[in-house]
Amino acid sequence: MEAVAAIALGKTIGAGLAAIGSGAAAIGVGHVAGNYLAGALRNPSAAASQTATLFIGLAFAEALGIFSFLVALLLMFAL
Amino acid sequence: MAEAAEASSGLVFHPLDQFKIHPLFGGTEVHWYTPTNQTLWLAIAVICIFLLLVVGTRGRAIIPTRVQSVAEMIYGFVYRMLEDVTGREGVRFFPYVMTLFLFILFVNYLGLVPMSFTATSHIAVTAVLGFGVFIAVTVLGFVLNGPAFLGMFWMKDAPLALRPVIAIIEIISYFVRPVSHSVRLAGNIMAGHAVIKVFAGFAAIAAISPLSVLAIVAIYGLEVLVAGIQAYVFTILTCVYLKDAVHPHH
Repeated sequence: MEAVAAIALGKTIGAGLAAIGSGAAAIGVGHVAGNYLAGALRNPSAAASQTATLFIGLAFAEALGIFSFLVALLLMFAL
Repeated sequence: MAEAAEASSGLVFHPLDQFKIHPLFGGTEVHWYTPTNQTLWLAIAVICIFLLLVVGTRGRAIIPTRVQSVAEMIYGFVYRMLEDVTGREGVRFFPYVMTLFLFILFVNYLGLVPMSFTATSHIAVTAVLGFGVFIAVTVLGFVLNGPAFLGMFWMKDAPLALRPVIAIIEIISYFVRPVSHSVRLAGNIMAGHAVIKVFAGFAAIAAISPLSVLAIVAIYGLEVLVAGIQAYVFTILTCVYLKDAVHPHH
């Protein structure tokens, strides 16, 4: 196979593989939100004080998905 | 590369074209002093914040007008957030946190206006904000605590054998903070706007165009939510990092 075609193929496959990370981050974000809701329904009076913690947890889980999205974009358009 | 992708994907326009920076008054060269669409929308955001906080609250009425009560709500919201996370000692950093929150919020929301430009979708803008917070927190930590600030990396509660390992992990995570702080904001905004453009590209195909218009409406609603949440997340992480500088041993 030609080198140029091989590079293009590798980039596309790599971008697709990097997109798996976005799905994994979705699992993480769902975990954070679901566990928060489970806790909040058990003790609704404590729920309001923990919303900041919820958003911090969501942000940390989501950032890794954004990183993988960024890798996919870099592979597709920048390299 | 971009032309090739455009030709092969079959889209009328490229989903990332909306993030192109071009000079406002013709020409193609961009110097540090060139007015571009980026600087235009940053300036519009600053003017909107000025209108809200300075012109809107000019009356200082006991019974606030609508604009004044919005400004007071935002002020109270940010103040409570800072006080909850950092405690009383952190409240003196309120002007910085309020500036960051309002700036990011307004740039995000102005980016959602059709045909506008989203300045926070560029890593250059968010990296300046993120590294600004990082440098401020590091300098503040050493000024307020002296060398004791390094105790943040040396966990007194952990078993002695584990402490060096934890210290290495803590130091790495400390230096990754500004990167994740800025990439999170830029990535979220860029991803959302690119998805809207991808669905806008599908709207050109007659068979699925009603579906894609519906999808654009739904994603636009999500983006309104994301714009607010990302401004909130950036600010509350700033508060968390400031707390490390004020109380390094918790």
